[in-house]
Amino acid sequence: MIDVINLEKHFGDNEVLRGIDVTINKGDIVVVIGPSGSGKSTFLRCLNCMEDPTGGQIIFNGVDIADMKVNINVHRRHMGMVFQHFNLFQNKTVIQNIMLAPVYLQCQDLRKDKRYNRWTKFTNIFRGKNKKELRQITTDAATIKREARENAMSLLKRIGLEDKADAYPSTLSGGQKQRVAIVRSLAMNPDVILFDEPTSALDPEMVGEVLDLMKALAKEGMTMVIVTHEMGFAKEVATNVIFIDEGKILESGEPKEFFANPKNPRLKEFLSKVLA
Amino acid sequence: MGNFGLKVNRFYEIFVEQNGYVKVLEGLKNTLLIAVIGLIIGIAIGTLIAAIRTIPQYKVLPRILNGICSVYVGIFRGTPMVVQLLVFYYVMLPLMGVKMTGVQVSMIVFGLNSAAYISEIMRSGIMSVDSGQMEAGRAVGLSYGTTMMKIVIPQAVKNILPTLGNEFIALIKETSVVSFVGATDLYVAFNYIGSNSYEFMVPYLVMALIYIVLVLIITFGIKTMERSLRRSDRRH
Repeated sequence: MIDVINLEKHFGDNEVLRGIDVTINKGDIVVVIGPSGSGKSTFLRCLNCMEDPTGGQIIFNGVDIADMKVNINVHRRHMGMVFQHFNLFQNKTVIQNIMLAPVYLQCQDLRKDKRYNRWTKFTNIFRGKNKKELRQITTDAATIKREARENAMSLLKRIGLEDKADAYPSTLSGGQKQRVAIVRSLAMNPDVILFDEPTSALDPEMVGEVLDLMKALAKEGMTMVIVTHEMGFAKEVATNVIFIDEGKILESGEPKEFFANPKNPRLKEFLSKVLA
Repeated sequence: MGNFGLKVNRFYEIFVEQNGYVKVLEGLKNTLLIAVIGLIIGIAIGTLIAAIRTIPQYKVLPRILNGICSVYVGIFRGTPMVVQLLVFYYVMLPLMGVKMTGVQVSMIVFGLNSAAYISEIMRSGIMSVDSGQMEAGRAVGLSYGTTMMKIVIPQAVKNILPTLGNEFIALIKETSVVSFVGATDLYVAFNYIGSNSYEFMVPYLVMALIYIVLVLIITFGIKTMERSLRRSDRRH
């Protein structure tokens, strides 16, 4: 589903990624580990062009989204992202956070279709026999809103926060915020979700609730790319673990083999420090 | 103090019996109109400029737009309001061949002028919002502009509301220069009463009081607005 080909990224003279090749298939759970400053977060942020890659290709569903000419907003709809610091919209309630993007984007599409139809109807007058087809419009703004609300409520029910629907994010705990953030990206029905150290900013006792939700998603077959320091989680859930250092993939493989028999000396050193 | 009582009587005579209050009401209306319309124009253009100037600058178009905006801000912050009024009224209008009243000109000039200041206020507000908010908006597929409008600017406005209040108060007080282009504001009205009674003490005192009351009302209004906007905050 995602093919990363020779991905490069530099900030000025600082080369952060020096040629990364990864293939991520549907249903894969790829865990990216590495020391801080290794470029693992940058790699993840390049996947949805939060940072524009300076070289290489990222083929997502057949389109090279690293190309600056591509309208990235269209592709980001199918790529959720969860941040270290949650980044819930502070001026929106929990349910508005979840509904905002689906409602806004669908309504935008609806308006576009309607505009297209009006224009086509008008130009069809001059077209003679071979008239252009109008687009089918099967929904309206009220339906979109209702369905988004129902969907958002069922997602909130799933994480047990339906009573917080009308609360503002500043009143939630860290774990609750992160679960809402995960659910917010789920509301777009993404093909893949990118997690950028989702538990690093949490109190230790809240890490579990977030990891549990992620495990549940993994079981349902969601494709995920996760940058994390939770080695236990990586061992348990990952289908593929990648070790990045100094902007390169030094080793990757199935978690069992990866953690039991690390070959790269740098990885050995890293694991001995982390797992000790 | 008998003298002062006399002066009050004289003022009362002109104000009520010779219809001085009509002039004052007109002045008050114009003052408020110029300040409010000026503020609205200022916020609209100022926000636009601020949004443009906070776009990342690594493409050509944003750089050009940024250049234009900084020239605009430079010009309007670099010249006094009176000069702008005079130039607009006596230079621009004849050149364009348009006829406008002093009040209309004042509204436009006050709007353009406050836009320059508000753009900087708004820019600091936008930069005070955590960059993660923009990233989160972009990550769910919203465009830069949509995220700006729906997420960042509402939070920025909340942060800069006290400063924006300052700007509004400054605008109200600065309306006292519009007599330069022949618009009747509070100053002109009371000046008229003063010169008709040959007595300026009481009219100017009343004028000062009216300005103070206006500003107090605005201050109260801003506080109320702030409170309602702080709902999403823990800082109640």
